[in-house]
Amino acid sequence: MSVRQSLLAILNQGPCYGYQLRAEFDRRTGSTWPLNVGQIYNTLDRLERDGLVQKADIDADGQNYVEITTAGRAEVAEWLGSPVVRTMATRDELAIKLAIAVTLPGVDIAQVIQVQRTQAMRTLQELTRTKNATADPESSEQLAWLLVIDLLIFAAEAEARWLDHSEHRLARARSAGLAEPLPLNTAVPKRGRPAKTVQASA
Amino acid sequence: MTGSDLLLELDGVSMQYGRGETAITALAGVDLSVRRGELVAVMGASGSGKSTLLTVAGGLTPPTSGEVIVEGHWLSQLSARELATLRRRSLGFVFQDFNLIPSLTALENVSLPLELDGWTSKKAHRPALDALNVVELGDRANHFPSDLSGGQQQRVAIARAVVGGRSLILADEPTGALDSTTGELVLRMLRSRVDAGAGGILVTHDARHAAWADRIVFLRDGRIVDESRASAVSSLLSGLPA
Repeated sequence: MSVRQSLLAILNQGPCYGYQLRAEFDRRTGSTWPLNVGQIYNTLDRLERDGLVQKADIDADGQNYVEITTAGRAEVAEWLGSPVVRTMATRDELAIKLAIAVTLPGVDIAQVIQVQRTQAMRTLQELTRTKNATADPESSEQLAWLLVIDLLIFAAEAEARWLDHSEHRLARARSAGLAEPLPLNTAVPKRGRPAKTVQASA
Repeated sequence: MTGSDLLLELDGVSMQYGRGETAITALAGVDLSVRRGELVAVMGASGSGKSTLLTVAGGLTPPTSGEVIVEGHWLSQLSARELATLRRRSLGFVFQDFNLIPSLTALENVSLPLELDGWTSKKAHRPALDALNVVELGDRANHFPSDLSGGQQQRVAIARAVVGGRSLILADEPTGALDSTTGELVLRMLRSRVDAGAGGILVTHDARHAAWADRIVFLRDGRIVDESRASAVSSLLSGLPA
């Protein structure tokens, strides 16, 4: 999870205490994914357990500083040097909704798509409006924030484009006499795992 | 909002090409208004009626039925001459391929609508230069279009569209020929002209560019099927870093 590596990367700049780390994470990511302080301390505990950070000084205000270890620095370098691989592990509610809707009788799929498109465009408008409130970045903090906003904008745009594409695909399928509702399968599915099939050897 | 804020009104506008069985309905009962300070994007698939809507709104083609009202003038009641004058004084067009005259400098291109309206070129140059300064191209006033990048040419076209206080900008895929970053710069300029008191319609198929509008209307088969309106305050983000 990126919180762990992000905190470690911030600690690579110098020792921090818990609240300070939370503030640093927030200001570097435009407070887009705010962390609660409990998450910070849990993460620090795990980082310490794994030998990536260690306790440092306690200052006059009683703040417990944490510092990065050599192994922690290596992990930061590894994180920055390797790609983020997005997995299909999370079910995509929208893809599932459209996939199911297209198989049902009596559903106006064009309307389902339009409702979603309007929402995607509203999101895009709000993000654009927020972005337009700032011109060229004047600080690294603003630059970091703009990068985050841009990602959210491109993600909303991708959704809108996918909806356009799906609409065209459906229209083509309809004109070809496809895209008929899927009747319920009356053959009772067997319980348990599907039986293993013997693969033909090459 | 007062009535004078209303720059454009389409009232039950329909447009048919051809007659009888082969007739094609491009617009079917479209109601749409644009107020001062408002940018309205029109989105829809190819053939949904987007470009026809712009042509009708700009008084280039009369609708088959319905009314187009520009700054309080009912276009159907104007003579051809009055209509041409209204178009010159109130409307500015921005096209995908810029439509600048290659043998004229940037300044002369921007001055042209005023000169066509009877201004001397000397008198027209001052507001034209002001308009070029607004799109940050005052220092390119004496360059010919061929000496300007695509983004700069489109900014000249925006200056031409707003010169002399013309308040309604009709833009047809203005970013279509530009790369993503330049397109965004052009939209930022368009947006700032609208924020300064103009109004506009932006026809585009690009979702990211349409998002610069206050309202987005969706056309399907010549009808407005939905609308997205940005809320005044974004609920998505906590805002700018200090």
